[in-house]
Amino acid sequence: MMEVTTSHYVVLSTLLLLVGVVGILTRRNILVLLMSVELMLNAVNINLAAFSASLQQVHGQVFSIFVITVAAAEAAVGLGILIALFRNKQAIHADEIDLLRW
Amino acid sequence: MMDALIFTAQDFNVLKPAIILCLFGCAILLTDVFIVRRTGQRWLNGVTALIGEGLLAVVLVQHLAQVRAGGAFSGLGGSVVVDGFGVFFNIVFAMSASLAVLMTARYMEAEGEHRGEYYALMLFAQAGMSLMATGNDLVVLFVALETMALSFYVLVGFLRNSKRSNEAAIKYLILGAFSSGLLAYGLSILYGISGSTNLAAVGDAVAASGADNWAVVLALITTSVGLFFKISAVPFHMWAPDVYEGAPTPTTAYVSVASKAASFALMIRLFTEAYGSASASWVPLLGMIALITMTVGNLAAITQSNLKRLLAYSSVAHAGYILLGLVAFNEAGLRGISIYVLAYVFMNFGAFALVTALRRDGKAAEEVDDLNGLAGRSPGHAILVAIFMLSLAGIPPMAGFYGKYYIFLAILAEGYYLLAVFAALYVAVSAYYYFRIIRACWIGEAADTPASLDLNLGSRVVLVGSGVLTVLIGVLPQRFLDLAGESVLAALR
Repeated sequence: MMEVTTSHYVVLSTLLLLVGVVGILTRRNILVLLMSVELMLNAVNINLAAFSASLQQVHGQVFSIFVITVAAAEAAVGLGILIALFRNKQAIHADEIDLLRW
Repeated sequence: MMDALIFTAQDFNVLKPAIILCLFGCAILLTDVFIVRRTGQRWLNGVTALIGEGLLAVVLVQHLAQVRAGGAFSGLGGSVVVDGFGVFFNIVFAMSASLAVLMTARYMEAEGEHRGEYYALMLFAQAGMSLMATGNDLVVLFVALETMALSFYVLVGFLRNSKRSNEAAIKYLILGAFSSGLLAYGLSILYGISGSTNLAAVGDAVAASGADNWAVVLALITTSVGLFFKISAVPFHMWAPDVYEGAPTPTTAYVSVASKAASFALMIRLFTEAYGSASASWVPLLGMIALITMTVGNLAAITQSNLKRLLAYSSVAHAGYILLGLVAFNEAGLRGISIYVLAYVFMNFGAFALVTALRRDGKAAEEVDDLNGLAGRSPGHAILVAIFMLSLAGIPPMAGFYGKYYIFLAILAEGYYLLAVFAALYVAVSAYYYFRIIRACWIGEAADTPASLDLNLGSRVVLVGSGVLTVLIGVLPQRFLDLAGESVLAALR
């Protein structure tokens, strides 16, 4: 049985970050874009938790709690703005949001 | 470690600016509901915000005196530090916020969205910026950046019934959150390298592992890209013109000046303290980014007909010049950045105050052609336009000249001749589109129903104040240059 080391977690988090980045670059639905952002922030959390465990420190875990809080705030503001946009425009596709040249 | 958990008088002193801003932000939210809405005098919210800024100014003067007397001091276990750099940038934020508050009332009344939340969010954003400039810890810097960014997403989308404002907000949010994610990833790697969130410890660990270490490279790339978005450096600038055009104009001015200055403050501190030892690997990267930022910003601005969009591209170009100061990475470069940012506050707020006031049939007029014949109708304002545009172009004896002058000197001192040549060339290019605006005012044919300037007391104060300071910094620069000199980070003195 192979031991799971910190570098495995870093590889996992890097892959998760890339999934988020590719999601933002290729998807056009704004809800999916917001989800991709959450994936990126969760990649950060995996990193922080793994480092925190390997360094036997609590700092990383505290940092990750702040990241989770920020992610929640971002989702709240994002959905609020999206609802305002939807009321005015009935659109959640990035391609339909074209009054300003995207 | 127990002593770190006790909140001392020193900690309180260090945090005073952020505490004042948050308290006044909350006070505005409460007085708006219980007092202001009943009387219908919405401008009272602006007065509350200005009282907060006044109190903040007193604290900043105290901090400056303390730094001059006994050097930099820190609180909260070293995670927030008050030094010349932090105080200087806090002064810049306080100036921008005050100017933004002053120009808000008339514009928001005309748009039918004059609410207390707008002022409160401006102060909350400023609290975040204040900690971005004084934070010395990865967690503090990240949370401060997000405090600022989240407030700005709402400020940009504040015109709830305007599709353009909604669109600008959603674009800003997606790209802002994306860049914050990348930045946070870089910060988490830095924590992994060093086992500490304190910037000094991170800097030691980066120096120990060397610039070639893959983890350092990964952290450097992700944090740089995240910050390039925030300062709207090319090729991560595409949000800027859309957001600047769609947002309410006072927000546009505030975003383009204060949020950019705050992101530069964070960037300078992070790159100096944490990546200082690896400067050989990031200086070429930043130099390249600065060059293409100046190129794209200046060339794209030439073809714009919308004033807000034109100023957006010009602000992209200015980000390129400011970045050059960090590329030089010496004392003159950082001093140049400080004086540049200070001058930029006044010239840009002045320009945006004019755009804010420009109206036709009660609707906002934002095209360059709307300025046609302004000199005939109100020569005083046309002279102010000329002052702001000359300063933005960097022509002496206006304030904008000194920032460019010191930054060019700094990169020449480091031997980056090609960069300096291109930077100077683009100053000439930028003169073309700034002069186009002056030309519209003085020799443009006025339309049949010319746009007029709709000014109240607040926007008059902004216009005249910015104009006076733009000229004053240009004519009597010594005092301001000394202040900028004090703001250089200790590591580069």
